[in-house]
Amino acid sequence: MRYIDEFRESEYANGIIDKIHSISKKNVKLMEVCGTHTVAIFKSGIRELLPKTIKLISGPGCPVCVTPMADIDKAIVIARQKDVIFTTFGDMMRVPGSLGTLQKQKADEGLDIRIVYSPLDALKIARDNKDKKVAFFSAGFETTTPTIAATVFQAYMDSLKNFFILPVNKTVPPAIKALLDTPELGLNGFICPGHVSVLIGSNVYKFIAEKYKRPAVISGFEPVDILLSIYMLIKQIEEKDAKVEIEYKRAVTPEGNKKAMGIMRDVFEPCDADWRGIGVIPESGLKLAKKYKGFDAVEHFGINIPAVEDKTSCNCGDILRGLKEPPECKLFGKACTPENPVGPCMVSTEGSCAAYYRFAGKDN
Amino acid sequence: MDRILLAHGSGGKLSHELIEKYFLPYFRNPFLELLNDQAVFDIHSRVAFTTDSYVVDPVFFPGGNIGDLAINGTVNDLAMGGAKPLYLSAGFILEEGFPIKELEDILSSMKDAADSAGVIVVTGDTKVVNKGKADKIFINTSGIGVIEKPINISAHNLKVGDKIIISGPIGEHGIAVMAKREGLEFEKEIRSDTAPLNSLVSDMLSASCDIHALRDPTRGGLATILKEFAISSNVGIVIYEDKIPVKDEVRGACEILGLDPLFVANEGRLAASASPDAAEAILKAMRRNKYGKDAEIIGEVVSEHKGVVILKTLIGGKRIIDMLMGEQLPRIC
Repeated sequence: MRYIDEFRESEYANGIIDKIHSISKKNVKLMEVCGTHTVAIFKSGIRELLPKTIKLISGPGCPVCVTPMADIDKAIVIARQKDVIFTTFGDMMRVPGSLGTLQKQKADEGLDIRIVYSPLDALKIARDNKDKKVAFFSAGFETTTPTIAATVFQAYMDSLKNFFILPVNKTVPPAIKALLDTPELGLNGFICPGHVSVLIGSNVYKFIAEKYKRPAVISGFEPVDILLSIYMLIKQIEEKDAKVEIEYKRAVTPEGNKKAMGIMRDVFEPCDADWRGIGVIPESGLKLAKKYKGFDAVEHFGINIPAVEDKTSCNCGDILRGLKEPPECKLFGKACTPENPVGPCMVSTEGSCAAYYRFAGKDN
Repeated sequence: MDRILLAHGSGGKLSHELIEKYFLPYFRNPFLELLNDQAVFDIHSRVAFTTDSYVVDPVFFPGGNIGDLAINGTVNDLAMGGAKPLYLSAGFILEEGFPIKELEDILSSMKDAADSAGVIVVTGDTKVVNKGKADKIFINTSGIGVIEKPINISAHNLKVGDKIIISGPIGEHGIAVMAKREGLEFEKEIRSDTAPLNSLVSDMLSASCDIHALRDPTRGGLATILKEFAISSNVGIVIYEDKIPVKDEVRGACEILGLDPLFVANEGRLAASASPDAAEAILKAMRRNKYGKDAEIIGEVVSEHKGVVILKTLIGGKRIIDMLMGEQLPRIC
């Protein structure tokens, strides 16, 4: 892996910061949709380097944070079934549902819950444990979902009978549309996710420019990428332009990765999905297509959990939509900390509250 | 006989055989070979005393194993107080069925590590537990060292104006172990940095006694010990991202796993806080030692933001560095 020489990077970054200062006139609100961008912005301290005219708002782009309580409860109930090995990405372990967290249930009830780094690891566990039923907590955006789709496809080809998934996957463009349909947000432009866009391409964002007349720039994750994307957005706004541009040209194409999207569309089909703190967004979720229904853990185990009302008094919903900043939540840094998270934005390392707490300080 | 049996821990014939045949040949010295219940020796000095248990999984990893880790860890804990490590104890808890060949490999690494640190194992103990009651092998080592110089090294002792020094690139041990545990392979193998640091500390103290704090950034990484320094001494610390050495392969692995090298464990690095007048001389002395050849001054102690560590980023921004919370988990998106 190659990195830009650090000195040059700092010099280059300063050049872009100067340019942003010189062209920015209007007060604008830009949203970075993706949690990885939120973390990169905090880690490099970008916010304080920008002119006062530019406000960066963190969006709902962390699949862990937007997983509703009912889905966590389903995971716990599946993990409790006889002879089940429940597998999950690590971040999901600490997300609270109404029944507790996977981490706590594992400790309290001795459930066999294992952290995996890839759905293929879960598949391997299923192959190695034919006398058990292996369920995988299938969370993620378009970056992660094609790998899960490929795993389900593999299980289908191998006629594997002891592998299941709990699908809670979501897609990014419908969420951006929902944000644009929330006028009180007053967003002037979008920093669109880099990794997700490698898969889905830039064409799918055209509605942002064409229907809503807002600029969008797909950004990479180095500090210089993000600064350059902000510059490109400000330039468009100041010139009264609205188009979709790609800053992250070394990885993103207009069409995206057709093969990966192909397998995703074969295995999954769109459905309405509940986003924690936001509510139901039409066509923003993914469920297993009919051919692959046999792998659905919820159907196999006959799990029936109604949507539970999120009774926590935290402001995650407003924070996920960019209506509030983390310190405006009365629980932030007091009842809700990364060690003891109340809301999902504090759980995931890519959640806005956790990023704010870790990198800007709880008193900031 | 090629596996550990419960009888090896019974105190009977097999126990004796295990000690005579395997432990003694590696650790032989006048104190240990008496096989008394204790080692007896004279010390006329200020004494430092420490203990630590080692349960690393996997037992063998690129760059080391639980054996050299157990020696180096305790040697380093003594050295971080400015002590010269002398005598160690070693207690083993073995899981029934553990391969004796692997035990020998571990003992051999312990001997090598003890030799290069200049310490001897003067007393020990072995227990065997039923299969499943321990994970292969656990080792506890305790150690005694002497403090010969008029020094006061403590996390409570940082002074405003001090320079913060790190002895080399960070994050290698944690990534090496994690990669092995999870079966991850990288283009360039990342090896643990496990090493005894007593000679390095001795060289530093020869250059200057104006070292106010020393600590090895093991679990929790560099970030956690700097935060401990700031809280214990009620001072602020500023560090500079462009000064902190991280090897490209560690940075790359951290990117993939979603980890921050500042929070990843090290086993052969130390961080020091030293008075500004002495810092350059200490740095020079460190760079002459093989365990400090890539040492860097990475920041300083300030009177503002007491108890808080701030990192100045590459692009001129700043962020707060807190302690590690829970385990570092891989990200999912």
